[in-house]
Amino acid sequence: MRRALSPISIGVVLVLAALIALLAYGLSSNEPDRSVEQSLSRGEPKEAPGLELPRLSGTGTGSLADYRGKVVVLNVWASWCKPCRDESPLLQRWHDRMTSRGGTVLGVDVLDVDSDARDFVREFKLTYPQLRDGDGRVLEDYGVIQYPETFVIDRGGRIVAVQRGPVDDNFMRERVAPLLREGA
Amino acid sequence: MRRALAALVAAAALLALPAAAVAADCPRTTLGDIEDEVMCPVCGTPLELATEAPQAQRERDYIQRMIADCRSKDEIKAALVAQFGDSVLALPGDEGDDDVWDALVYVIPGVIIALAAVGILFAATRWRRRPRGASPRPAPEGPAAAELDADIDRYDL
Repeated sequence: MRRALSPISIGVVLVLAALIALLAYGLSSNEPDRSVEQSLSRGEPKEAPGLELPRLSGTGTGSLADYRGKVVVLNVWASWCKPCRDESPLLQRWHDRMTSRGGTVLGVDVLDVDSDARDFVREFKLTYPQLRDGDGRVLEDYGVIQYPETFVIDRGGRIVAVQRGPVDDNFMRERVAPLLREGA
Repeated sequence: MRRALAALVAAAALLALPAAAVAADCPRTTLGDIEDEVMCPVCGTPLELATEAPQAQRERDYIQRMIADCRSKDEIKAALVAQFGDSVLALPGDEGDDDVWDALVYVIPGVIIALAAVGILFAATRWRRRPRGASPRPAPEGPAAAELDADIDRYDL
């Protein structure tokens, strides 16, 4: 004959199940968003999530929509990030090349002290537009998990390439230059 | 000579007064007092545990600059929130926008402790109710006793 479970046993099991469910939820909610890579692997570029942030200069806000019709190299960086220091001169060179061809680099400074970030911009003489995502929440939509990361957005506002880590000249030649040639 | 020395000491004391006054006005804020209450946003840990991360070091430098500017602990935490958002605050309830999760931080350990207490109480009650000093088995009688005696004899104990 099977013994019936006591109310205490049922209660303990229910509470344990709730704790395990909570733990599973916590783990799953910390998983980085990889929908950009998944879309690219299917050959279906993903619409770039909207982005409206304060400008790093402290005056007003800027958004991705401001650059509609342009090729945008969206670069996520922070002043404390060593690889970001290494790639900044290259991004500035490419920005100079892109501006006359309907393109721009758009920097997004993430989880950084604003004065440190402004010092960084001055140090590397960066002239491309800079936005600031102090708490890093907006870039959750892009699945940013490391710094720097770069998203190439075509004239139609779709993410067509992503680089998790610093970009190099080859990446820019292969992924950005063809989009510039497509014309404004 | 003694007068000159006294004048020198008095002059030094006068010079030191403004500095002492500033120090008295300055809140006694320390890095150690703050870094266990704020997060390193990139590392996802309290700042005091993030020893190596460069972002944590920048955050410490930022706090140290504010301490040098005589900012109070609350002012420094408010400045960190302005930089990194509410999630920089490590203590449950500090953020103010996530009441359910803040409550769970206190509720879950309470539930676990309560469950453990109930379990111990339950086990203790059962242990106290069990029969004490189990009675010895009765000695075999009749044919079984004769059989046992025969077995023992066979082994020449």
